[in-house]
Amino acid sequence: MLRILLTACFVLAASIASAIEIKEVTSDGGINAWVVEEPSIPFTALEIRMRGGASLDLPGKRGAVNLMMALIEEGSGDMDARAFQTKLDALAASFSFRAYDDTMSISARFLTENKDEVLALLHQALTAPRFDQDAIDRVRAQVLSGIASDAKSPNRIASTYFDKAAFGDHPYGSSIDGTVESVNALTQADMFEAYRNTLTRAEIYVSAVGDITADEIGPMLDQLLGDLPAAGPPAPPHVDFGLAGGLTVIPYETPQSVALFGHRGITRDDDDFFAAYILNEVLGGSGFESRLMNEVREKRGLTYGIRTYLVPKFHAEMWIGQVASGNATIAEAIQVTRDVWTDLATNGVTPEELATMKTYLTGEYPLRFDGNADIADIMVGMQMIGLPADYVINRNAYIEAVTLEDMNRVAKELLHPDDLHFVVVGQPVGLESTD
Amino acid sequence: MRRLIASAFAIFAALPALAEEVTTFRLDNGMDVVVIEDHRAPVVVHMVWYKVGSADEPVGASGVAHYLEHLLFKATDKLESGEFSAIVAANGGSDNAFTSYDYTAYYQRIAADRLPLMMEMESNRMENLMLTQEDIATELDVVLEERNQRTENNPGALANEQFRAAQYQNHRYGVPVIGWKHEMEQLALKDTVDFYNLYYSPNNAILVVAGDVQPDEVKALAEQYYGVIPPEANLPERIRPQEPPQRAERRLTYADARVSQPYIARSYLAPERDSGAQKEAAALTYLAELLGGSPFTSALGQSLQFDSQIAVYTRAGYDGSSLDDSTFSISVVPSEGVSLSEAEAAMDKVIADFLAAPIDPAQMESIRTQLRASEIYAKDNVEGLANRYGAALTQGLTIQDVQDWPQILQDVTEADIKAVAAKVFNRDQSVTGWVVSSAEEAR
Repeated sequence: MLRILLTACFVLAASIASAIEIKEVTSDGGINAWVVEEPSIPFTALEIRMRGGASLDLPGKRGAVNLMMALIEEGSGDMDARAFQTKLDALAASFSFRAYDDTMSISARFLTENKDEVLALLHQALTAPRFDQDAIDRVRAQVLSGIASDAKSPNRIASTYFDKAAFGDHPYGSSIDGTVESVNALTQADMFEAYRNTLTRAEIYVSAVGDITADEIGPMLDQLLGDLPAAGPPAPPHVDFGLAGGLTVIPYETPQSVALFGHRGITRDDDDFFAAYILNEVLGGSGFESRLMNEVREKRGLTYGIRTYLVPKFHAEMWIGQVASGNATIAEAIQVTRDVWTDLATNGVTPEELATMKTYLTGEYPLRFDGNADIADIMVGMQMIGLPADYVINRNAYIEAVTLEDMNRVAKELLHPDDLHFVVVGQPVGLESTD
Repeated sequence: MRRLIASAFAIFAALPALAEEVTTFRLDNGMDVVVIEDHRAPVVVHMVWYKVGSADEPVGASGVAHYLEHLLFKATDKLESGEFSAIVAANGGSDNAFTSYDYTAYYQRIAADRLPLMMEMESNRMENLMLTQEDIATELDVVLEERNQRTENNPGALANEQFRAAQYQNHRYGVPVIGWKHEMEQLALKDTVDFYNLYYSPNNAILVVAGDVQPDEVKALAEQYYGVIPPEANLPERIRPQEPPQRAERRLTYADARVSQPYIARSYLAPERDSGAQKEAAALTYLAELLGGSPFTSALGQSLQFDSQIAVYTRAGYDGSSLDDSTFSISVVPSEGVSLSEAEAAMDKVIADFLAAPIDPAQMESIRTQLRASEIYAKDNVEGLANRYGAALTQGLTIQDVQDWPQILQDVTEADIKAVAAKVFNRDQSVTGWVVSSAEEAR
């Protein structure tokens, strides 16, 4: 018996009411899904997420989950890689299989006309992967090529150092791609083991938007995902951000230095999250209006772009940022960044800043829901972090509820200019490592 | 296998024609307007495209088109420096701009009821920019940092600049959009103001409004805000130096210690989509897919990544969206232990074999089906549709050409592809680039 829970969600723009109606469905097999029926274009965007991801790599097998996920599209059932892709091409559908730190991500886009054939093919890929040795070797070479390229990318050199220094031996401390040694050592048996451990139904989240109905999604999901293993191994523990304040220079011959910086952050379910979120927008959010963009780019011309990000991961929290500037000017860019950070921590935001930022954030929110693919992506993301469907109605009220007092208290509590650590890759003039 | 293909095709053939809801008109001052309706969400994308890009720049002032794009966010008679974006943001929208060889475009994405405000501001900066020495000096540093980030710090981008400069012997497509660094450093107020005064005018612009709007409302607003701006009487005819017959193959090696793995980039001069004559471009679109589209099914992928392990990556690419001659490009990243010479010989053998052998009809049908489906998927992204029209209209195509294009793609035959391949794969019109980390790798 199909249980459909209806939640009508009205997304309000400033003066217009347009509706997206999110329908929550639980299949007979117990899989939850959120559906938005949008029949005007004859295709569907389907998003599936499973908690776990590359953090479940077994000891000494770093890179196994990533390589395994890349192989899901490289042959299954009675089809080798080429036969599988030839069939997918002929159906004009697209699949994407990606591993992230704590998540396995499966995306599918398919036309209404051949929906059943596409879903049968996706089922085959998810339940009967082959992990042929020739496919493993071919994709392994691609992964190794990526690792080699990262080793010469200033941004990746910086993030590799930063992650290791911040998270040590926790999975967050190393790239999900693995190392040359670990990837070279992976076997077919490792692929099957990574598959059983990570493509499971234990914590699975689904959204579908497009030419599909809530009535059909339950049976469809039981058919598609019902054969997957119930659960995998436990997730790794929480880890504290372990990088102390300071500066590290990694010499690299290139004309522009890149800097990655940050300190500890805040969890997504913290009561102060929205205040911190607005604070980050003021500090270095998207667009041209942030303080850092204004001070570092607009006023001084020191960079093309500077951004900061609140990163609440499942097992750690950080507040990070990124800037690039010529070797002769990166020191100044970093000093200005520190000054802006300090000023915000000390003096907080002005009432005008808060008001402007609220108008921006509440106005911008409904604009995100303007395509099937976008809506599906947003909905599955909400489920992953435990938000209810009516969050889309209430979200702007959460933003509005943040007071100047909240903002300035949170600024003092969460912004720690002395704890910022900058990792600079390049030939920066006038900067030396503190450690 | 054959039955599956046949039935899939029958299904697609039965689909109704899915033309976008597009309305077009021209204002009295010569400004073209395109309205694309999508009423699924209360959002609008408002864009102004100028028919001027880096390939229209005066000699010695490379980068001025892109630099000016940055400067359009500075002060006007009514807006302070930076206020344009601040107002957009305060209304919950986002804005940006981009420059290419053939066009410069400005856009905002915002709640549909804010369209009048966007038009008021965008029309204001078409005519009333007030540049100061201080504003332009700081912004020159910003675009130099942008060049640092995109190009100087990126060996692949530096190599590509060298290869394009060799590909185009006379046309400005050989000069990077962002500009050569030594010329960027010399750009002065007069360069930007002259460029602005000549090219930023309604008769050189296209307005594209896409989203939850009604065409008659857009028309009334466009007449109110843009219609009052006088046309530029001295707008020059858009004549750019064309390529002479190219008579000699060019080969280059770019060495940079920051290159992680050596690779080959070959490009051939190729025809672009021309108004009323898009057939060759359509055939080249298939050729790129057949030769180096999917690594699993294309000729290069199958031969170099499956039947042999010569390469870890192969790709053929073609983009027919260009005012003047475009390129058809092929790249190959050899596997560990395979030299560039060996990989290039294998690549050329794939091209020769492709020209000699018949094309698999099932593969033709598969590409045809995917192209038809891509038209359906494209409707999910109204901003993408807006870009399609804006780019086309600044690159010498008409609305009719844009709307004819999907059917022209459907009508491509094996003979068309073979004919265009024989024409384009002419080494005298090609550049072969090797990208290596050291001289020892160039073998």
